Amino acid sequence: MSELALVESLETAPPEHRAGRSRRAGLLQAVGFLAVGVAAVALGLTEMTHVAGLIKVPTVLVGLVALYLACDRVAKAVWGASFDTGFWMSLSWLVLLIAAAILAGVLPLGEYKNSAKTIGTPGNLRPDLFSRHPLGTNNFSLDLLSRAIYASRVSLATALFAVVVSVVIGVTIGMVAGYYRGWVDTVVGVCTDTTLAIPALVLLIAIAAILGVPKTVPEAIVKEGGALAIVGIPTVIRLARANTLAFAGREFVVASRALGARSRRILFKQLLPNVMLPIISYAFIIIAVLIVAEGSLAFLGLGLQQPQPTWGNMIAEGTLSVLRQYPHIPLVPGAFMFLTVFSFNRVGERARQRWDPRQSKM
Amino acid sequence: MRRTILTKVLLLIPVLFLVSLGTFLMVDLVPGDIGVQVLGPNASVDDYARVNRQLGFNKPILERYGSWLSHTVRGDLGKNLVPPIETVTTRLARAFPVNLELAVLALAMAFAISVPLAMWSAYRAGSRFDRFVSAATFGTISVPSFLAALLLVLVLAVNWHIFPLGQWARPTAKGWATNLRFAFLPALTLALQEAAVFTRLLRSDMIATLQEDYILAARAKGMPTWHILAREALRPSSFSLITLSGLSVGRLIGGTIIVEQVFSLPGMGSVVINAAQKNDYPLVQGGVLVIAVVYIAVNLFVDLMYGYLDPRIRRVGV
Repeated sequence: MSELALVESLETAPPEHRAGRSRRAGLLQAVGFLAVGVAAVALGLTEMTHVAGLIKVPTVLVGLVALYLACDRVAKAVWGASFDTGFWMSLSWLVLLIAAAILAGVLPLGEYKNSAKTIGTPGNLRPDLFSRHPLGTNNFSLDLLSRAIYASRVSLATALFAVVVSVVIGVTIGMVAGYYRGWVDTVVGVCTDTTLAIPALVLLIAIAAILGVPKTVPEAIVKEGGALAIVGIPTVIRLARANTLAFAGREFVVASRALGARSRRILFKQLLPNVMLPIISYAFIIIAVLIVAEGSLAFLGLGLQQPQPTWGNMIAEGTLSVLRQYPHIPLVPGAFMFLTVFSFNRVGERARQRWDPRQSKM
Repeated sequence: MRRTILTKVLLLIPVLFLVSLGTFLMVDLVPGDIGVQVLGPNASVDDYARVNRQLGFNKPILERYGSWLSHTVRGDLGKNLVPPIETVTTRLARAFPVNLELAVLALAMAFAISVPLAMWSAYRAGSRFDRFVSAATFGTISVPSFLAALLLVLVLAVNWHIFPLGQWARPTAKGWATNLRFAFLPALTLALQEAAVFTRLLRSDMIATLQEDYILAARAKGMPTWHILAREALRPSSFSLITLSGLSVGRLIGGTIIVEQVFSLPGMGSVVINAAQKNDYPLVQGGVLVIAVVYIAVNLFVDLMYGYLDPRIRRVGV
């Protein structure tokens, strides 16, 4: 996480897209890409037994790239050349996924958990967009689309819970340490250093070993979320402390103190709003990291157990024999996870460019 | 300079103390009876007594911590609880070379991938190639390692049969050639993420270096492009890369659990995760402690080396 942030902060802005492409040419290209994209995706995701998966997966990928380019051309033609298509598509994916996760109960989805209800359906169905199981089924005939959406509930809720806890606790401790300095700062520094001295996943596994394997979804959210928060808090403390230090010496704080404001007023009215903005923009990237961490725990068998789906344990269904015959079973949750992590990273990057004082050129 | 080293080493003492306290207290934080947790509900009374005695639960906590610490400092991490029973040190010593080899290989691969990509991206900043590399690295960073491992296995081992599936061949038993064939895919999985981060970092540093006057001078003298990039610009651009790669050695040694699990490699991560699944606490304690200490030691080393490598820091005389 910190490496990523370091790299991002050192990066130059993305190059300006070449201006001067006429709207008409752009729209024409868009129609071409759209046709190619729809054809390729439909072809790749339709059940055709005689076509090997090794051809279908690249076909779908080419189709998705073409669809992206189509959207990009249309958006640039309509809203101007500086339109950030990747960012808006990431945001749309997140909105779509969160809506699906919330509404999963009322959506017309297949069975996701109870294999007793799927005795009539064939197992290991391949993805076929025009069937009742658009993304196929696993070996218990459970619908993969439905499972991936129910799994997103666990991942999103856990990561969100963990990030809220991390931000509330981390900002409080970090601001106190950065504002009062002295021995408080030293103690906090040693504690954060200690937590960061252990690789995050090792720490998570140790905590998971202590807490035991969760049985139900709420239990998983609390247990895993708590464990993830312990990993997230030190990072937030460091960020909050650094930002507090940066703002505590600024004129408006000095002026406020000269006017007789108490420490509590300075902390809440002057420093908190300024510290929160960069923290919130980092929170998106922290969420992305936490989703991967949650997935890793579940993948290793320390999260929710089957048949309750999580992205991690769905990907773990892809054992060697499954990979050989039905690679779509781990690839479907894998694609969901990748898109979500990518989108949070992308949105977070944009938020940071906008709100992090070290990023914007002041 | 000597004072900085001393301060940095002294500052580590409380960190090491807290790490040891944390790993020691792990066993006490486990809810319920520890014997039942380890052996399950159906073991004999003698076995429960053995586990409790081995963990020293019949003594007060401070005394236990004291004796645990004195044993640990002397390199004795106790014995594990779930059969096959052996000393924790033996088990970890057998696993450590795997991690070391993986870390070295992964780092070498990451450099081999990232340095050429970054140099050319920086040289042609804003070009189509640069934009493609930038998008590809951003995408790679968003791929969880277990997914990357799965995709590599799917394409290179299952479909194309270029590399063998899973497991490990010790170089002492099967020779280095076989060993490297087995190590290639896991190391590549680890390398991809590191390479993506390295590429982004080196590219941005290199863009800054290429603006310098001496690069212009070299170009004016008619030096070929590869010479300018590889001989003139690379070294001054690589300070942050070296720091970062030092940090990744620490992370690669301790953080390869996922990859070890996917490829069923007998490394430290596998030891820790299998022990965690069986509630074999002394082994988890020992593994976490060793990984943390190695990580801290490597970070300290990198921190100190940085002062020697970067003349800007050396000259200030920090």
